[in-house]
Amino acid sequence: MTPTSLSQPRTRRRAVAASAALCALTLAVTGCSGTTKDSVKDDGPAKAADAKANPDAPLKKGLKIAFLPKQINNPYEKIVDDAGIAAAADIGSTGKEVGPSTANASSQVSYINTLIQQKQDAILIAANDPNAVCGPLKQAMKQNIKVVAYDSDTAKDCRQLFINQASSEEIGRSQVRNIAKQLGNKGEIAILSATQNATNQNTWIKFMKDELTKPAYKDMKLVKVAYGDDDDQKSFQETQGLLKAYPNLKGIISPTTVGIAAAARYIGDSSYKGKVVLNGLGTPNQMRKYIENGTLEQFSLWNPKELGYLGTYAAAALASGQITGAEGEKFKAGDLGEYTVGKDGEIILGPPTVFDEKNIGDFDF
Amino acid sequence: MTALTKYLRWDTAVGILLIAVFLAGSGTTEGFANTDNLSAALGDVSEIALIALPMTLLVVAGQVDLSVASMLGLSSALAGSLWQAGFAFELIVPLCLLAGAVGGLLNGWLVTRVGLPSLAVTIGTLTLYRGLASVILGDEAVADFPETYARYAAYTETVPGTFVPYPVALFAVLAVGTAIALHCTGFGRSLFAIGAQEDAAWFAGIRVKRLKLVLFVVSGLVASFAGIVYTLRYGSARADNGLGLELVVIASVLLGGVDFDGGKGTLGGAVAGVLLIGLLTNLLTLNDISNEIQVIVTGLLLVASVLTPRLIAVLAERRHRRKAAEESVPVSAAI
Repeated sequence: MTPTSLSQPRTRRRAVAASAALCALTLAVTGCSGTTKDSVKDDGPAKAADAKANPDAPLKKGLKIAFLPKQINNPYEKIVDDAGIAAAADIGSTGKEVGPSTANASSQVSYINTLIQQKQDAILIAANDPNAVCGPLKQAMKQNIKVVAYDSDTAKDCRQLFINQASSEEIGRSQVRNIAKQLGNKGEIAILSATQNATNQNTWIKFMKDELTKPAYKDMKLVKVAYGDDDDQKSFQETQGLLKAYPNLKGIISPTTVGIAAAARYIGDSSYKGKVVLNGLGTPNQMRKYIENGTLEQFSLWNPKELGYLGTYAAAALASGQITGAEGEKFKAGDLGEYTVGKDGEIILGPPTVFDEKNIGDFDF
Repeated sequence: MTALTKYLRWDTAVGILLIAVFLAGSGTTEGFANTDNLSAALGDVSEIALIALPMTLLVVAGQVDLSVASMLGLSSALAGSLWQAGFAFELIVPLCLLAGAVGGLLNGWLVTRVGLPSLAVTIGTLTLYRGLASVILGDEAVADFPETYARYAAYTETVPGTFVPYPVALFAVLAVGTAIALHCTGFGRSLFAIGAQEDAAWFAGIRVKRLKLVLFVVSGLVASFAGIVYTLRYGSARADNGLGLELVVIASVLLGGVDFDGGKGTLGGAVAGVLLIGLLTNLLTLNDISNEIQVIVTGLLLVASVLTPRLIAVLAERRHRRKAAEESVPVSAAI
């Protein structure tokens, strides 16, 4: 059973060492003249800008529009996609939602391939990874399937449009504006964020800090940014910690649905209720009872139904030739009115909706 | 009994099922049997297929390596951070492979020298390697890998004249080599012997520990190579790449009739298992069957793959006993 070559361990070891050295040498040589990040030249986006938009083209009927969310069981994405599917039915087309059960970088790829085979007219995708989905999306566009990213963008040359729920700047600044109005532009405030390296949170916080430098807010002071890691328990404890550490704290902004709910739970059951103002981003169903029991007066979020609705109209406008995705093109999005395509094919849904005692009854998500 | 075992072997059944799924798919579903779709469907199982080869050898030898998908992620994260740091891609590949070999060596060392069961060891290193990947690359995603290499990994570029993507072609070559090694050499027979009865194999002069160590190193090496393929194919290096892939690999191998207890199975069966899962997933997705149902279908197939051979064995045993009883009656009567 034992190969005979094993009976000479010394020569073998030498051979191994020699070949290893040889390997290392080749590597060093090839390494110097090989492919590095800097030597890779940019192929440039292969955008089909040759097509012309005809704003007067009628909206086509019988389009097949597919929603590919980050993950199929995510309740938030379900609201967006259901609204989009309903909008598709409104304009005489058919919409459907397909997608993976885990939000992995690559899990959407096989779905894109099958959507191409099914000859869909448009794919709306909330990308889990901006680059992993690129190859097949380009393949789809080559076969004249329109690609619209929503909620979470892909690389710019892999889609024709990106529907942004709200601009990051608008979200960040409006958070400060809203709480400042409640506090009369005075007092110490804190931020309860998600994780320390959450990209969207950090962008918003950057704009909040910038907004606070304006003279109107000279009597307001941001004392701390706390991180609840989007964990209910941790966010609860961080709220408790903030209120203990800063006895003069007048308000907390929590731009995360987990954080604002946990903070509301703590404040609602403590002596701070009615004394500390809480605001931020949350969903109506999650925050309803805290609005009703007076823990907080208002919070905001973009309207996910409108996001799906706009997505379908944008995709249909593309597929009907009303727009091509170039900057400055305009199209009508049903009840939402007219939208203009911005830079890099971006369309912004609008400023976040503010939910309070008066309108919260109109929303169920 | 011989007729039964000859024709009702599970791995042949999986092969037949594979052909049946293909024929049913091409008959019923538009867009299934065209070359674009088959390229995509095959391309989607590239990494699973590659890793399934050493996994088959491991399972035949009564071992398992659960850390493969984490090793894939670690290799991807390493490739991403080195690429970001300006390293040449030609240097990144061997460095990733080295990491894979070292990872495999650690698995093998813990199993053979410390004497821990491979299941426990690789559950540990599954977490360890994924953790290292996160430390190396964090939440980042690195893109823009050189097109020179990326085009060979993506499913859009196929071997000229065929619809077979390059990673799958490479897999086909490696599969033939692995099949020969497993079924036609002393090395392969040793693996079956270890899987069937490790002590007996040792007493028969098989260098059990060394062979196991080699298998784990190869497994780590292939997993890290699959990590490079994955990174290039998706054009995105991430620490969470291939999350949970180890279960699909093991499921495919078991579906192909390789016995989890070791000592039984064929490489052809394992390959058929990989392809069956790939094609079936594609066919179900094309028909808008939800992910949950797909998981159930795969699960049922898996249970069948474990149950059916046992059932056949029980039936064969009964028939054997009945025959033996019939034959023994006149003998005892004579006495």
